[in-house]
Amino acid sequence: MAISFDKALGIHQHALEARVKRGEVLANNLANADTPGFKARDVDFRAMLERAQQSVSGFNMERTHDAHMDTTPGGQDNELLYRVPHQPSVDGNTVETQQEQSRFMRNAMDYQASFQFLDGKFSGLKKALSGQ
Amino acid sequence: MSLGNIFDIAGSGMTAQSLRLNTTASNIANAETASSSTETAYRARKPVFAAIQQSMLNPDQQGMAFASDEGPGAGVRVDGIVESDAELQMRYEPNHPAANEDGYVFYPNVNVVEEMADMMSSSRSFQMNVDVMNTAKSMMQRILTLGQQ
Repeated sequence: MAISFDKALGIHQHALEARVKRGEVLANNLANADTPGFKARDVDFRAMLERAQQSVSGFNMERTHDAHMDTTPGGQDNELLYRVPHQPSVDGNTVETQQEQSRFMRNAMDYQASFQFLDGKFSGLKKALSGQ
Repeated sequence: MSLGNIFDIAGSGMTAQSLRLNTTASNIANAETASSSTETAYRARKPVFAAIQQSMLNPDQQGMAFASDEGPGAGVRVDGIVESDAELQMRYEPNHPAANEDGYVFYPNVNVVEEMADMMSSSRSFQMNVDVMNTAKSMMQRILTLGQQ
């Protein structure tokens, strides 16, 4: 019986990766908080995770022709969406600093949570290997 | 690990904000610099920010996540510094050493109140980028402890 890391770790490794990607997008929003005309963006986390789940479970529709429709949830790969501002500003910038900052912090916290799960999986594996 | 990108992004933000702070400092320092003609008078300087797109940095990496679209962006850059077109202040000071033949001197079009507001805004934005960097740092430190106990 072989140990498959992919099966043992489950969705958490993908979640961690998605959190890092989202952190990048949010950091970019914050860096451009004073750039005129900049449009704040975010990833569709649910779609991202659904795609990861599909790749884990292995039930994927394969596209054998360019004209085939895309059946992956959330459309295109890792599509970035634009945020709708609560209060549009004159210079066309849609970054709402406080909101972006709170999202960034929340994302970091969720990252920690995913990390905790992943760490738990590893310590479980270790326990199984040492046979205690 | 793309956590390193967050450092680059926050770093670019800090560079841009410190440049903005530099222009503000220059404007405030020169707020009372008199000159004898409109050509030589100091004019308020403003940096122009623009977003960096990742596809501009690595256009060949089509297979990579995010590279196909415009990408998540790679921070902010300063496109250049422009001088304000606002009208200069013309004051009648015949005893001023720099006064022209009509007795007028030209003072810069620097609005000190506006500059102070700009200064606070840029220092806040700078702090925000530092916060982002600190968070990315703690995320990175955390990942190094994976599976240690």
